[in-house]
Amino acid sequence: MTAATMTSADAGLLGCHSCGLLTRARSGQHAELLCPRCGAALHKRKPNSLARTWAFVIAAFICYIPANLLPMTVVTSLGKAQSDTIMSGVIYFFQHGQWPIGLVILIASVVVPLTKLFILIYLLISVQRKSQWRPAERTRLYRITEAIGRWSMTDIYVVTIMVALVHVGNLAIIEAGTGAIFFGAVVVLTIIAAMTFDPREIWDNMAPIT
Amino acid sequence: MSTENLIACHECDLLQRLPERQGSYVARCPRCNAVLHRAVENSIDRTLALTLAGVVLFAVANSFPFLSFKIKSQETQTTLITGIIDLYHQGKWEISLLVLLTTIVVPLIQLLIQLYVFVPLKFNRIPWNMAVVFRIAQNLSPWSMMEVFLIGIIVAIVKLVGMAQIIPGLALWSFALLIITLAAAAANLDSRVVWDHVVYRR
Repeated sequence: MTAATMTSADAGLLGCHSCGLLTRARSGQHAELLCPRCGAALHKRKPNSLARTWAFVIAAFICYIPANLLPMTVVTSLGKAQSDTIMSGVIYFFQHGQWPIGLVILIASVVVPLTKLFILIYLLISVQRKSQWRPAERTRLYRITEAIGRWSMTDIYVVTIMVALVHVGNLAIIEAGTGAIFFGAVVVLTIIAAMTFDPREIWDNMAPIT
Repeated sequence: MSTENLIACHECDLLQRLPERQGSYVARCPRCNAVLHRAVENSIDRTLALTLAGVVLFAVANSFPFLSFKIKSQETQTTLITGIIDLYHQGKWEISLLVLLTTIVVPLIQLLIQLYVFVPLKFNRIPWNMAVVFRIAQNLSPWSMMEVFLIGIIVAIVKLVGMAQIIPGLALWSFALLIITLAAAAANLDSRVVWDHVVYRR
């Protein structure tokens, strides 16, 4: 049997997540095995990956509700306060002809987090149902969720910059709303959810390679 | 079977042999197409040069205002820090902390760790506890979000440009250059070169 036809789990080897070194798994050992080269904890698969990813995905969904209902920004000008949620901001930009900005916010704050969450849910269910359908494509979907998550931070940064720039005496002040906190939580939770998912679980369901 | 030169794909676990090190190349997993190894020629020199440039740009980008906002005679200038402090004063410490970590603390720690690792390697020395320190830098990478911050700046400018006069500052250009430099440093960092320098007991 040549090396190109088996997985490291089949060969009784543990690959280090940090430095890639392969270490022989010893059976009957209870203490946690550490990578001899870089000191990271070694696991055959990410520990409890399905349960953890589900937990972060569900938490992200729960936070996404107040993130959309509560205001992202509160603009106070001449004593009048106006609150804007994610969607009311997007609609405002579309109505005032600034559709490129509306589109950027729509993609970063709505499309990206929802796409990411739905892909993760699909991957979780497909792994739990031991699906053997198109593993390479499902792995690519996972890579997409890993890559796009960070771009959701755009609106948080926009709020930060607006808050810093716009305080013209008592004329106009921009404050960050409570929705922004929940939205920040959504971004962080979805990034952690993608980290805890182990794409090797997709391949573990495939028939042994011959 | 010796584990030398063997690698397990981190996305599908397939065991395979790494190609002989020869110039720059990208090795991909034949089964799932994941990038297994991005080999870079002269990785130590290139990463060190870009990291040094990054440290200078980081200092400039965070010391000078990056945008000014002018209505009539009133002008507000902002650095990245002032935005974070304002958020904190508005009672939104959670967002304030998130922005502080992703745009200042994590990128700075990564730059410093790269200096700590690559300056000694350049002179054929191995810094104390290199493996642990370098592992921290690797684990932090998903949380460095400078490039997203640049998109945030652009959106904020377009949003505000109708309301008042927006004057780009010196730090704005440093930010743009810093992001390019950080991306180039990451692309030229061949982590296997670092791991190959670690002495350990099999």
